[in-house]
Amino acid sequence: MNTAEKIVSLEEKTVASVPAVSVKGVSKVYPGGVQALDNMTLDFPKGELISLLGPSGCGKTTLLKIIAGLIPATGGQVIVNGKPVEKPGDDRAFVFQDFALLPWATVLRNVAFGLELKGVARSEREEIAAKYINSVGLAGFEKSFPHELSGGMRQRVGLARALSMDADVLLMDEPFSAVDEQTRRKFQEDLIRLVDVEKKTFIVVTHSIEEAVYISDKIALLLPRPSRVSEIIKPDIRRDISSDAMRRDPAYLDTVERIWSSLRSYVE
Amino acid sequence: MAKFLTHPRTLKILSILIVFCAWEIAGRIPVSPAFPTFIETMKAFGVMLTDGSMLNAYPETLKPLVLGLAISGVLGIGGGILMGLSRRAEWFCAPIFIVMQSAPLAALIPLLVMAYGIGLTSKVLVVCIMAMPVIVLNAFNAVRHTPHSLVEMGASFQGNQKDIILKIIVPSASPLIFAGLRLGASAGFIGAILAELLITPTGIGDLISFNQSNADYAKMYAAIFSIIVLAIAFLEVLERAEYTLFRPDKRVH
Amino acid sequence: MKIFGINLPMMSSLIIWAVLWEIVGQLDLTILLPPLSSIVSKMFEIIPTATFLVALGETGRAFLIGTGAAIVIGVPVGILMGQSILIDRMLLPWVNMFLSAPLTALVPVLMILFGIGEKTVIITTVLFAIWIIVLDARAGVKQISPSLVEMANSFNASRWQSFRKIYIWAALPEILAGIRIGFIRAVKGVIIGQLLVSIVGFGRLFELYSANFLMEHFWAILLVLFFFAFSIAEALGALERRFSYYASSR
Repeated sequence: MNTAEKIVSLEEKTVASVPAVSVKGVSKVYPGGVQALDNMTLDFPKGELISLLGPSGCGKTTLLKIIAGLIPATGGQVIVNGKPVEKPGDDRAFVFQDFALLPWATVLRNVAFGLELKGVARSEREEIAAKYINSVGLAGFEKSFPHELSGGMRQRVGLARALSMDADVLLMDEPFSAVDEQTRRKFQEDLIRLVDVEKKTFIVVTHSIEEAVYISDKIALLLPRPSRVSEIIKPDIRRDISSDAMRRDPAYLDTVERIWSSLRSYVE
Repeated sequence: MAKFLTHPRTLKILSILIVFCAWEIAGRIPVSPAFPTFIETMKAFGVMLTDGSMLNAYPETLKPLVLGLAISGVLGIGGGILMGLSRRAEWFCAPIFIVMQSAPLAALIPLLVMAYGIGLTSKVLVVCIMAMPVIVLNAFNAVRHTPHSLVEMGASFQGNQKDIILKIIVPSASPLIFAGLRLGASAGFIGAILAELLITPTGIGDLISFNQSNADYAKMYAAIFSIIVLAIAFLEVLERAEYTLFRPDKRVH
Repeated sequence: MKIFGINLPMMSSLIIWAVLWEIVGQLDLTILLPPLSSIVSKMFEIIPTATFLVALGETGRAFLIGTGAAIVIGVPVGILMGQSILIDRMLLPWVNMFLSAPLTALVPVLMILFGIGEKTVIITTVLFAIWIIVLDARAGVKQISPSLVEMANSFNASRWQSFRKIYIWAALPEILAGIRIGFIRAVKGVIIGQLLVSIVGFGRLFELYSANFLMEHFWAILLVLFFFAFSIAEALGALERRFSYYASSR
C-alpha cells in the first residue's frame, strides 16, 4: 500500500487524549428542506491541523460554522474541550473566507477587535494586537486601512485577529481561496510553521487537494449533500525537508492522486 | 501644456468663467428687461452683504431650516435604524415612508398653514416633511444591507447586541446615512424656500419679493444667488464632515 | 413579518394606517383629517367634474412636456459626457451642483422671465428632472466594460452597429433608473411649480380649496395626486426591472 494510511476511527490514538473537538451525529437541515449535514461524526485531536476537504456543496463550511457556534445544528452535538457548543466561546476563534475586516478601522484596531468586543482595556489589547501583527509579518502596517492592503495582507489581518484571542481551536474557512497562487503557497508554508509554534488545534476547510495534503496532519474527506465523512487520511509526509522538496516528495504526490481518484466520481 | 488645459480644475474654472460671461452677455443684450448682468448682480450682492440686509434676513430663513433639519436628522436616522433592526418596526412604518418618497409632499404645505398658521411651527414642519422620508429610508436601507459576514464576525467574537449595533452596523451604514442626510438637507432647503415663498416671507424670501416688487432685479437675483451658494456650501461641508469624522476610508479625493 | 405564523405581505400595514385615519376622522380629532371614507367618496364625486379634468389636463400636459424635454435633452448630454472626458470635466461640476441645489429659488426668476403660466411650470419640471437623468445616462455609458468595446472591435462592427446592438443595451439599466427618478422628481417639480404659480392646474385647485377650507376636496385631489405619483414610480420600476436582469452581470 502507499504511504497514506487509512484510519477509520481516531479512538485508536495511543495517548489517551480527549479530542479538542468532538462532532457527534450532527445534522443540519436548512429551512426550506435542504439537508446540508446528515448524522456526521468526527473527532479532531488536540494540537493538530485537520482539513475538511471535499467538493463544493458538501457542507464543510456549514460544519465549521456549527463548531464555531455561529449556526445551530438541527440534530446531534458538538463537544469542545468537554463542553457542548451552543454559541461562540473563548475556546474557539474563526477566520473568515472573505476576511470580514472593518473597512473603516486601521489594521491595529481590526486585529484588536475581537479583544475589544470582549471588553479588554485599550492599551492591553493594542499591545497584544501589535505582537500578532508582527508575528504574521505585517509590522509597519498598523495604521493602514484594509483598502490599502493586498488580499494576502488582509487575510493575515484576519488571521492575526483570530490568533490574538488565544483560543484553543482555530477554525479557518477556506482561508487562502481569495488569494493568488504565489501568495497562497507562501501562506501554506507559513501556516505549517505557525501550527508548530502555537500548539493549538486547527480545523481548516479547503477545496484544494494539494493544499490539504501539504498543510494537514490529517484530512477528513467529505462527500456532498448530505454530507458524511468518507475517509480520514493521514498524509505521511516528511516535514523536515524544504517546502519545495515537500511538494516533489513522492509521498505527497501519491496522496494527492489517491484523494483525487476518490473524489473524482463525485465531480463527474 | 495640454495637460494643464485639460486638467479637471482648469476646465472647472473655465466652465465657471464661460457661464458667468454668458450671463453677463445675456444681461447686456438684454435678454429681458428683468435680467441684470452678472456684474450688476455681484455688485448688488456686495451691497446687501455690507448694508446688513442680508445678515438680518438669513437668521430668519435659517431658523426653520436648522431646526427642521436637526429634528429630521435625529428622528429620521434614529427611526431608520430602528426600522432596519426590527422587522416589526419595518413592517409598520416602511410603507408610509416609501409612499411619501415618491409623493409631491410640497402639496401638503397649504394644509400645514391651515392647521398651524403662518409662524415658525409650520415652516419647521415644511422642512421636516420634505427632509424626513429620504433620511429615514436611507438609514433603514443602510442598516438592512449590512454585510452579513461582518455581523457574523462580531458574533464569532461574542460581541453583545449593543456593540454589534454601535461598532459594526452603524459605522457600516454611515455612508448611506450621510448620503440620506445630504439628500434630506437638499430637500430641506427647498422646504425652507417654499416656506418663505408660500407662507410668509420673513427672511430671504422677503429680500426676493421686496426687491422684485421694487424692480430692483439685481438685488433680487443676488438674494437668490446667495441662497443657492449657501446650500451648495452646506452640502459640501456635510460631505467633508462625513469622511473626516466617520469614514476615512471613503475619502474620494 | 409574521403574526401568529401568517406571513403578512409587504405594504399591508397601510391598511392599519387607513383604519387609524378613519377613526381619527370620525372622532373629529383635528380639522386637518376628515375621515378617509368621506375623502374617498368625495374623490369619486370630483373626478368626473370639469374642474378636475381641466386641472388634470393642465398638470398632465406640463408634466409630460417637461419630462419629455428632460429626457430628450438629458440622455444625449449624459451620453456625451460619458464619452468625452473634456466635456465631462466641464459639465460635471454644474450637473452635480444643480442636482442638490434648491432650484426652487429660481422659480421667482422664471416667473418674471416667462410669465405666470404654463411655461414656467414646464421649465420648473425640466429643472427638477434633468440632472439625475444626465448623471445616470453618463454613469450608464461610463460603466460599459472595455472588454465589450474590444469585443465589438474584434468583430469589426461599425460604429452604428456597436451603438445599436451593444452600447445602448449595456447602458440601458442605468438610463432607465435615471428616467425613473427623473419622473418622480418631475412630479414634485410640476406641483411645486404650480403651487408657486398658483393659477394653473392643481395649484389653482389647492389654492381654491384651502382658501375655502374644503378639507375633503383638498385631500381628495391630494390622494389622487399621490396615487398617480406612486403608480408612475411603480410602473417605471417594473419597466426597469425588465431590463435590469442582466445589470449585475455586465
